[in-house]
Order: sequence, then structure tokens, then C-alpha cells
Amino acid sequence: MRLQVNTMLALYSVIEFAADPQRHIPAAEIAEKYGISPHHLAKVLAELTHAGIVESARGVGGGYRFAANVRRLTLMDVIQLFEDFAPPAAQRRDARVATAVDLALDAVLSEVDEIAKATFNSITLATMLQLIDRQKADPGA
Amino acid sequence: MRSVRRADLDAVVALDAAVTGLEKRAYWQRVYRRYGVAGTAEQRHFLVALAGGRVVGFMIGEVRDWEFGSPPCGWVFALDVHPQARQAGIGTQLLAALSERFRQAGVTKLRTLLARDNTLILSFFRSQGMMAGPLIPLEMDLPQGVAHSAAVEPTR
Repeated sequence: MRLQVNTMLALYSVIEFAADPQRHIPAAEIAEKYGISPHHLAKVLAELTHAGIVESARGVGGGYRFAANVRRLTLMDVIQLFEDFAPPAAQRRDARVATAVDLALDAVLSEVDEIAKATFNSITLATMLQLIDRQKADPGA
Repeated sequence: MRSVRRADLDAVVALDAAVTGLEKRAYWQRVYRRYGVAGTAEQRHFLVALAGGRVVGFMIGEVRDWEFGSPPCGWVFALDVHPQARQAGIGTQLLAALSERFRQAGVTKLRTLLARDNTLILSFFRSQGMMAGPLIPLEMDLPQGVAHSAAVEPTR
């Protein structure tokens, strides 16, 4: 499964905020760290704010802060804000009647999607932060 | 944390019924016979967690050898923690105790298998550092109406 650019930006951002939940982090700091457009990131942060995952702070310094529970929020909670998980049949672009080949391919693609969703659903931000720590301690693990 | 005793069985049955909504006494009696005290010598482990003298959780596992070419590994196949005792590290302690017994048996790999919609337990095992393994579970519905009198030996 390939995630869209906005989804990846959201994941990078949420991980940054969750790693330091007390700190208000300016959007520009995240944009610079990951080499991304601040304008593009602003749209992603607006969506995360709307979903209650982060909250924005006004005034001097400003920025955003993590507003969710690291032990409850899963990767899926973030990803589903930006990805369309419609079944393969609904994503078919042409209007022709599905053939047996289409239906068989749909069954295989659905299987892949279901496994991906189960994986994203089972990984909380707390688990993700542990994984990152393990990578820091043992790159390539 | 300690190995299960016969006197714990009622509490285990009640805990499982509270979590799953289904009482399965005969099943748990069979599990006790296979994984209770008699199973320990065969690397089968049935552990219970106690709080205030009461069973609040259990975990069952065993060492399995060479399934589909896989070297011996420790399988965890049952875990329950009473809903009111969750978020207190009981599952973590049970897994640590079971892992230690597997280590003593020379096993270095831990494995489990569960439904992909069981987010609660999946998240628990993920939080313990488990990742997707090299095995893929497969299943199929058996065709109906085909009589088969001879027992079929499973292939491993």
C-alpha cells in the first residue's frame, strides 16, 4: 500500500507532536525538518486540528501541540483522515460491468487492504514511539 | 504470576465467560489437563495472574517444533485480563513470565496468531514489540457433500 503525500505529512507531524506532547511546535519547524512546503503542511495540520488530534496555540511562539492519547490513538485514526478506503470495486474507474477477472482481482486487493488496515489499527502512537527508539538504538533492526 | 492450579479453574472459566460472553467449562477442563501442571514438562505453560488472592488474568503458551519448517518457537495462544484489572501491566507481566519460561527452554522466538479485528489484543502484542512474522495464515471452506472415510494425515 502506498500512502498519499498528505497522509505521510500527517504521520510525520503527529509523531513529532506525540514525541514531545507538552511542547508547542511551530509548523515551520516541522516543515524545515522534513523539507516540505509550509503551505502544504498547514492544510494537513488544519485537518489534524479539526479531528482533535492536535491543538493550535495562538500568540507569541504559537505552534501546535498533541491533544490525543498516545496509548489510544492509532496510525489508522490518522491515516483514515486522508485516505479513501473504499473497496476495490468502488474504485474502478470505467463504467463497464465487472468481469470474473475484475472480481477475482478485487478479492485479492481487498485481502491486501484488510491486512494493511489491521496493521494500522493495531499500532498506537505509543508503540510507534517505541519502534522509533528501537531504530535509534539499533538502526536496521 | 504462577502456574495454574486446579482450584483456579472456576475463576478462569468465569473470567473467560466475562470477557467472551460464553461459558466453556468442558473446554477449560481439557485445557487444564493438557497445559496445567502435567504440561509443564512438555514445555506447555498455563500461567495465572493474581491480585488480592483473586485470578485477574491468565496466559497460555507452548513450545512448538518445526511447523512448516519453522525452528522451535514459543507460541502464545490465549490471553485474558479482567476488564477491571486492565491498564495495570498484568498482560505485560504475564508475557514476561511466559517468555522467561520459553527462554529457559532455549527458545528465542515468540509467536502468536489472532483475529485481525481483535484490535485490543493486537495492540497489546504490538506494544510489547511484536511485528508481523514470516508466516501467513490461510483458510478455506471445505467443499460440502464429499464423503471421506479414511483419516487424512496432516502434512507438515
